[in-house]
Amino acid sequence: MNKECSLTTSQEDNILCLRFSGSWTIRDKQCQQLDLNKILLGKIQGLTFNTTDLTKWDSRMLVTLVNVIQTANAKSIPVHEEGLPAGIRNLLQLTRKKVLTPPQNRTNNAGFFTFIGLQSSIFVKQVLQHLAFTGKIFLSYMRFYSGQARFLKRDLSYFLFDCGPKALPIVTLIAFLVGFTLAFIGAVQLQMFGADIFVANLVGLTMVREMGPMMAAIIMAGRTGAAFAAQLGTMQVNEEIDALQTMGLNPFDFLVLPRMTALVIMMPMLAVWADLVGILGGFFIGVFSLDISPNLYFQQTVKAIHLNHFMVGIIKSFFFGYIIAFCGCLKGMSCGRSADAVGKSTTSAVVSSIVFIVIADALFTFFFNLIGI
Amino acid sequence: MTDQTPLIEVKNLTMAYGDFIIQKDITFSVIKGSILTIMGESGCGKSTLLRHLTGLKSPAAGNIFFSGTDFWHCSHKTQVQLLQRCGVLYQSGALWSSMSIGENIALPLRQFTKLSQDEIHDLVELKLALVGLKGFSDYLPAAISGGMRKRAGLARAIALDPDILFFDEPSAGLDPISSSMLDDLILELRDSLGATVIIVTHELPSIFALADDSIFLDTESRTMLATGDPKILATESDSIKVRKFLSRNSSSFKNGAHSS
Repeated sequence: MNKECSLTTSQEDNILCLRFSGSWTIRDKQCQQLDLNKILLGKIQGLTFNTTDLTKWDSRMLVTLVNVIQTANAKSIPVHEEGLPAGIRNLLQLTRKKVLTPPQNRTNNAGFFTFIGLQSSIFVKQVLQHLAFTGKIFLSYMRFYSGQARFLKRDLSYFLFDCGPKALPIVTLIAFLVGFTLAFIGAVQLQMFGADIFVANLVGLTMVREMGPMMAAIIMAGRTGAAFAAQLGTMQVNEEIDALQTMGLNPFDFLVLPRMTALVIMMPMLAVWADLVGILGGFFIGVFSLDISPNLYFQQTVKAIHLNHFMVGIIKSFFFGYIIAFCGCLKGMSCGRSADAVGKSTTSAVVSSIVFIVIADALFTFFFNLIGI
Repeated sequence: MTDQTPLIEVKNLTMAYGDFIIQKDITFSVIKGSILTIMGESGCGKSTLLRHLTGLKSPAAGNIFFSGTDFWHCSHKTQVQLLQRCGVLYQSGALWSSMSIGENIALPLRQFTKLSQDEIHDLVELKLALVGLKGFSDYLPAAISGGMRKRAGLARAIALDPDILFFDEPSAGLDPISSSMLDDLILELRDSLGATVIIVTHELPSIFALADDSIFLDTESRTMLATGDPKILATESDSIKVRKFLSRNSSSFKNGAHSS
């Protein structure tokens, strides 16, 4: 029944007739394509169609026709559509109807310099956005201290619990393994000098000054920073933030304040916990692999670490907490209104907080070195 | 409700995103206790106009007055006070997803009134009963259907007994029966609360059932094409586009709009 589709041409008095026959649907086998530019050459003064042998058609045929007609139009050859089935004629009519004109896309086909210019202006905008956000946080805390900020106490306690106790298992695991690894690598080197006992110094100082706060911060950036961005982003998509605003509640006080406060309070505590667990990891290697007596390892650690070193870690982690909450909330609050935008803002919250944490860490190390702590 | 003083006045409002002007020179007023619909094709700026009216986006030019106070040129404190007179029902309901339905409605009451817990509880139950959601107080927004979420959103919008209610496409995504029930609810609430209502919609049945007054925003000319009672506009408007919109005559609508 279904004859294979074919397209043949015949010419009479400079009028070209395209003859469609068989079944022209997207499920049929590929049929031969005509090289339109060759056929519609020079002398042809009209194009007609013959579809008497056409058994079936769908958008496959329509696409071919659209191409033919466009080429013919480009060569100003008049097209007579009378030979086509009424359905096809209607559909062709519909494709030609210009209902809506898309707005001009200014970034399209832009040159290299336009691209550079656009990217720089985006960068400047982002810097300004960060500054504005810092200002808003400051104002929000001013309202907090003067008792005017409206937020739910329940939210604050929820986030305190979420950023603190709930994060302990993962922080414990990572910090223990970092201490463990540090001790292992240090031991191999120090054994060469017979200075095994200094593993305690190495692990203690590195954990307390650097790795404790840093590892805790990186875990929290991935765990909590991302969650903040996703929560606020989704609220933005669902118009929940608009609803707060029109109700006269400041979304900043209501949403950002409890999150930031909770993280800034909890971060130093997590860092101290990570320090201790990391030292425990080193202790484990020192005692079981290097045969240092537990008492001696303990004494050596206590001798190596001063309160100052703890303070360095605590100050750092305080700022790390701020950075994570800042990036998470900023990306969430400035999220677009689609599912895709939520994904982007979550990723960018994690990436930017880790970048800022590492930069801040380097600056702090330099600064503390300068003042001799 | 025979008071003819305008509660909301919009004068020469221009709305823009950056350089891109969405609508310009919009002027209309809403009389106290009346229902106004903002109509127009998709993408003509209806929802953007609502964002301007509810204090979410500042106008590029022009003024918006609430009982004579210029909203965008007054102190922040006055703005908050004005906003508290408004209730908004968003297209999706926009319920705060981390709170139960009851807590959603209680939140504005807790934040802006000094009522006791018991009184708030009773008020929440009352508002839920008004919108026909009695007993749903402990459900989370995710656990109820779209139509119920809209009703719950409406209950939250009327929590503080506002005198102005905004609706963003209330019947979008609802079946004809639910949407006509929502229309009836809007009418009943208007009559019983004495509120002024502004509705963004392009649902003709809702427009004819509810509107005392309407404005029509046009995508092409980027301005307001008509204002008045939609029942009268449908036959007597000067603009062919408005007449066709209101008679749902789409084929000739497009031809009429694009004939050259």
